[in-house]
Amino acid sequence: MYEFDFEKPATVAEAVAALGREDAMALGGGQTLIPSMKQRLAAPSALVSLTGIAEMRGVCTGDDAALCVGGATTHAAVAAEAAGRYPALAALAGNIGDPAVRNRGTIGGSLANNDPAADYPAAVLGSGATIVTNNRSIAADDFFEGLFTTALEPGEIIVEVRFPIPERAAYAKFQQPASRFALTGVFVAKTANGVRVAVTGASESGVFRWGEAEAALSADFSADAIAGLSVPADGMVSDLHGTPAYRANLVKVMTQRAVSAA
Amino acid sequence: MPKDQGIGASTKRREDVRFLTGKGRYTDDINLRGQTHCVFVRSQVAHGRINAIDTSAAEAMPGVIKVFTAADFAGKGGVPCGWQIHDKQGNPMLEPKHPILAEGKVRYVGDAIAAVVAETLEQAKDAAEAVVLDIDELPAVVDMKAAVQGGALVHDELSSNLCYDWGFIEDNKGAVDEAIKSAHHVTTLELVNNRLIPNAMEPRAAIGDYSMASDDYTLYTTSQNPHVIRLLMGAFVLGIPEHKLRVVAPDVGGGFGSKIFHYVEEAFVTHAAKVVGRPVKWTCSRSESFMTDAHGRDHVTKIELALDKDGHFLAIRTETYANMGAYLSTFASSVPTYLHGTLMAGNYKTPHIYVNVKAVFTNTVPVDAYRGAGRPEATFQLERVIDKAARELGIDPIELRRRNFVQPNEFPYQTPVAVAYDTGNYQATMDKLVEIADLSGFEARRAESAKKGLLRGLGVNCYIEACGIAPSNLVGQLGARAGLYESATVRVNATGGIVVMTGSHSHGQGHETTFPQVVAEMIGIPEGQVEIVHGDTANVPMGMGTYGSRSLAVGGSAIVRATNKIIAKAKKIAAHLMEASEGDIELKDGKFSVAGTDKSVDWGSVCLAAYVPHNYPLAELEPGLEETAFYDPSNFTYPAGAYACEVEVDPGTGKVTVCSFAAADDFGNVINPMIVEGQVHGGLAQGIGQAMLEAAAYDENGQLLSGSYMDYAMPRADDVPFYKVDHSCQTPCTHNPLGVKGCGEAGAIGSPPAVVNAVIDALQRGGYSHVTHIDMPVSPVRVWSAMQG
Ligand SMILES: Cc1cc2nc3c(=O)[nH]c(=O)nc-3n(C[C@H](O)[C@H](O)[C@H](O)COP(=O)(O)OP(=O)(O)OC[C@H]3O[C@@H](n4cnc5c(N)ncnc54)[C@H](O)[C@@H]3O)c2cc1C
Repeated sequence: MYEFDFEKPATVAEAVAALGREDAMALGGGQTLIPSMKQRLAAPSALVSLTGIAEMRGVCTGDDAALCVGGATTHAAVAAEAAGRYPALAALAGNIGDPAVRNRGTIGGSLANNDPAADYPAAVLGSGATIVTNNRSIAADDFFEGLFTTALEPGEIIVEVRFPIPERAAYAKFQQPASRFALTGVFVAKTANGVRVAVTGASESGVFRWGEAEAALSADFSADAIAGLSVPADGMVSDLHGTPAYRANLVKVMTQRAVSAA
Repeated sequence: MPKDQGIGASTKRREDVRFLTGKGRYTDDINLRGQTHCVFVRSQVAHGRINAIDTSAAEAMPGVIKVFTAADFAGKGGVPCGWQIHDKQGNPMLEPKHPILAEGKVRYVGDAIAAVVAETLEQAKDAAEAVVLDIDELPAVVDMKAAVQGGALVHDELSSNLCYDWGFIEDNKGAVDEAIKSAHHVTTLELVNNRLIPNAMEPRAAIGDYSMASDDYTLYTTSQNPHVIRLLMGAFVLGIPEHKLRVVAPDVGGGFGSKIFHYVEEAFVTHAAKVVGRPVKWTCSRSESFMTDAHGRDHVTKIELALDKDGHFLAIRTETYANMGAYLSTFASSVPTYLHGTLMAGNYKTPHIYVNVKAVFTNTVPVDAYRGAGRPEATFQLERVIDKAARELGIDPIELRRRNFVQPNEFPYQTPVAVAYDTGNYQATMDKLVEIADLSGFEARRAESAKKGLLRGLGVNCYIEACGIAPSNLVGQLGARAGLYESATVRVNATGGIVVMTGSHSHGQGHETTFPQVVAEMIGIPEGQVEIVHGDTANVPMGMGTYGSRSLAVGGSAIVRATNKIIAKAKKIAAHLMEASEGDIELKDGKFSVAGTDKSVDWGSVCLAAYVPHNYPLAELEPGLEETAFYDPSNFTYPAGAYACEVEVDPGTGKVTVCSFAAADDFGNVINPMIVEGQVHGGLAQGIGQAMLEAAAYDENGQLLSGSYMDYAMPRADDVPFYKVDHSCQTPCTHNPLGVKGCGEAGAIGSPPAVVNAVIDALQRGGYSHVTHIDMPVSPVRVWSAMQG
């Protein structure tokens, strides 16, 4: 690790100010950032911890009945506090990493990082959630811009994520055997406006919606409804743990399993 | 009634008190006065020519004491290989120099090029980044077959990348070829024994210390065999006589073979400590471990099994490419040869066997012994090809094995691959397996799985291993450059307590618990009165360390010998004290008595007399009670067993779940059943890990793709089932005093074929009859892809 300064502001405004410094970085749970600093792959001049900002922690209900999750809320807190209102989201959070990771890692950190194999992006895109930052609201469809890239500007903080609650939803995750991130994970949500299907882990361009399946499932919400569909292997990730063809298969199988579980 | 102490008791592991409460003392826990820290600058390319190394900027950085390069080791030797193999023609293997820091070329990603010694670790890291390397990258050879077919030369001074082309036994070849040509049926299988990264819980570490006052060196290191390191490093690398070099291996957090070898970092810190005049400490990071610990396995094999029309084995012929990596690690050359070829008979009577092994240099980290070392590779090929043959011939796989077993009345059995099994009963372990694995209930379980949409399969295999390594005169003839005896000193104190100094080294095996059980039983005193000391060349007689499941069979035998000497002397003292004749003295429950009388004297009084010799036969007997013994085995020991695995395959994803695993082992006599079961459990997890999850992978440029736990899958608790293990079938070893065979590696040797056999069985029964083999690890993508055809 290189030397850095550490700040722990109490308000969003203070945090934004602190992040104005050159090469300062926000710190959520540090589950991604700290390991990369230890390996000397990241060298922020200062870390601005967000976990001391009370308004960014915890789960509540918004005026529009949406489930609001503070940007610095840990996975463990979401697993516990969202279980009643949004069990699919709580189950997803409760299956990220291990207990140590879940008690540190935050939803804001996960979304800002946008690891192509992370779980939360599937839930956010699949739910059609809104990402609220310190200066605007970003629809999920506009937020994820490919591997490790998002619509966030430098220094912009995810303050809250608002999830509309679907009628039925489920997340089906196939774990990569080593990291246990998603080799392919599919979040399916059925709302009055139709069905959304978001896929993480599979594509070279990060989390994506499977439009064909959404159309078929909007007409008939059953695993059989997509039996005849397939996604092309082209553009799927190829690595030690899966070929493009394998991942394309998982997209379909995991979608079917999510539908059955929803 | 289970015993509560001594041989056969499940005494709890006394060392766990410190291990489980964080009170262990590992190498990294040792901090010497004035200690400096060292960081290695390692190659980021797999193959390259070093044009220049500019250390000036690094040397000017804060806290830096010195930056070392190969020039600082001029005149020093390379790290040696401990076993010389001769090829088919009788020529010695190619043996390139393995320098402490790279000379002229780098040969794998992680090869040490320079090293910074600084006041603090962070300063050393900063300076290491400032070392400027001018390296021309060269084409790398990673694939073994390409490496011997004219790929780039790993070592310019060698004629090829073929270290040796070994035939075993060359005289068998004609008969084998003939038998295969004329056989009723020949089953052929090509397979890979996947490369593994050891991942001991404690990464390697070393501290060098030099005393100018006495001109002697101390090396603290994470080693399974401190005396071997002292011998190799002192004699071959640095030229330090053994009486001026002390090697200490304190608590060591797992080795699995990877800490047998003499590594360049050990020689570096020892030499550097003298140069800088202060202790030099190095602790490997986990990322560095992935890159630089000697890897395991990595064989590519073609095996042919010839059978007659009744399924009797007629001949076996194999051709194996074995990866050596970029340099020859300490025992690398012996693993694919004498630890592998000698096991190709398995538990079976196959009259003709020929094994060919081509050892190949590649631009990858050295490969060496890893739990089982050669024997898992032999077992995997043999037990996979037998399964395939059974399917091809329509014979039940268990029945085919039974038909070819060496029968209980046929021991000692001379195999066609040099070794002679002293004892065994393979039918008995198979019977036991059928019982504990409830094989008769398999069909019902399969139907249950089918209801869930899952394909269930059953895999069975046998294994045999050669442990208790090894008869020195035999291995000497085969090229070993060391003896493989073991030593023990039993020191009895005046008040009756005992300290046993053993040349074996415990790095998880529980010697501190087991060895006292043996001594306590022999004398009849409480185990708590016996303490074990190991891991320090200053305290322990010359010993060869722990690997190859040798500690109890060889080290324990030395302890028995030394204890017998103690008992013999103590009887003389007791006879004197009781004015009886020595021949009439009996020792029982810690008491010496005169046969046929009620006269007795207890253990403590005899010990006291030895050290306070007021009433003592000083004319005939020296005072004191301390004896040393060395034990050199007359044969290997041959643990054997039968294993069964049941899996479920999810046809949608190819995911395999190990539902159950049963192991029936014959380890001969058992000293501590709980520890034996623990060893089997750990071995099974490791073998299931190899079969299901683990794979070290390099890309075609020699970059390590599986360089962290993000991509290298270690088995976790939920990857393995609750095991059923049994060691009640016991045919005691006939040639060591305890009748023990060794249990440390069995689980890792015997389990991979059971898992793969089960997966193939599941797919075959599920209608995927085109799938006859899948290479390990049988990961979801591999299984699913195989199912697609
Ligand atoms: C062993 C292990 C296993 C894991 N397994 C999984 C898994 O199965 N599935 C999964 O999805 N993830 C997994 N993770 C990742 C984990 O979920 C992390 O929590 C997540 O990736 C990052 O969250 P964090 O709060 O720790 O962020 P940090 O590491 O603190 O920060 C990550 C990045 O986000 C930025 N950032 C942090 N908070 C905010 C914010 N509120 N607004 C804007 N930017 C911000 C930081 O500046 C940094 O660039 C695992 C991690 C580990 C260590």
